[in-house]
Amino acid sequence: MGRFHVHADGTGHTHEHDLAHHDDDRDVGDHSGYAETGQTRVTILENLLSENDRVADENGRRLAAAGVRSVNLMSSPGAGKTTLLRKSLEMIGGSVRIGVLEGDIATSLDADRLGGAGAAAISVVNTSAGFGGECHLDAVMVRSGLERLPLPELDLLIIENVGNLVCPAEFRVGEDARAMVFSVTEGEEKPLKYPVMFRAADVVVVNKIDLLPHLDFDLNEFLSNLSGVNRSAKVIMASARSGEGVDEWCGWLMDQGQVASAVSFLRPAPTVP
Amino acid sequence: MHELSICNAIASTAKRHAGGRPVSQVKVRIGHLRQVVPDALQFSWEIVSSSTDLKNAELVIEQVPAAVECLECGARTNLDLPILACGTCEGFDVKLLSGEELLVVSIDLVDA
Repeated sequence: MGRFHVHADGTGHTHEHDLAHHDDDRDVGDHSGYAETGQTRVTILENLLSENDRVADENGRRLAAAGVRSVNLMSSPGAGKTTLLRKSLEMIGGSVRIGVLEGDIATSLDADRLGGAGAAAISVVNTSAGFGGECHLDAVMVRSGLERLPLPELDLLIIENVGNLVCPAEFRVGEDARAMVFSVTEGEEKPLKYPVMFRAADVVVVNKIDLLPHLDFDLNEFLSNLSGVNRSAKVIMASARSGEGVDEWCGWLMDQGQVASAVSFLRPAPTVP
Repeated sequence: MHELSICNAIASTAKRHAGGRPVSQVKVRIGHLRQVVPDALQFSWEIVSSSTDLKNAELVIEQVPAAVECLECGARTNLDLPILACGTCEGFDVKLLSGEELLVVSIDLVDA
């Protein structure tokens, strides 16, 4: 999109604005309309997350160069990301070399819960350096977490984001795919309340389905709301606690890692109700 | 917190383009699908800008409705809910025309 403007000498033109153009063009955009007010308007038209996205692309290239595929795992607090991750490491950690990048506002409690479960490497990124603790991982935080991981020794990196249904969806970190854990205790209307997150997901794990008999949760309404905001996401019904559906999730993970050789030991996926 | 993160990104972009010159206004364009609450964004802006050289800069928010074009009936409609469906025939085969914007549009610099 261009912006027409007139210079003090009476000439006018339109600039096609992009980031590269702007780096050399600080004085664009004057001008005459602001002469009386002593102000100069500079047109920017830049995605405000472009700095984050640039670092995310760097992270992505770095992972690709090391032959590592990556999954950004997101959910609200308490949906079961860490439990699902622990079960996944136990199930396929012997077949796939999985690294975990743990984002947490403070503490290493989640990483501690994963200890000994089968991860090849774990890197903890505390986000508390930000404004009272950032509520998401951004590309710069992930870059620093990658520094501490032996990437050539990994096939798959799982980035466990900070528990939050809003912010993590806005910040790409360099991942190949985005997975979301939703628990049935959260309510069937959530896709409509948090569409940014639900739209961002390539796969949605519907967790804690072992609790369905005890809840008023309307699964069909949830699935209808989900498909309203995201028609292409794969849906996996699971209970990280009982283990149901974890094999299907692990199959998806291994597909991401393009290391399907060990998939054969997995049981057939259960039918989605 | 979402708005606070976004304000930090806005401030960072504005400062980079201002190159140290005083800024009186920052204009952003935000689509409805971004789930940004304008009041929360303004409040966050006060917090974020007050501690920087953007402290006198006003934040102007242009909101862009989420609009879709139906690939079945051809209607163009604005969405009230984040459900990507045609407002006329209710079909789901739609193309998103707007609503995902997250841009810093311009900054106004105070001339020295």
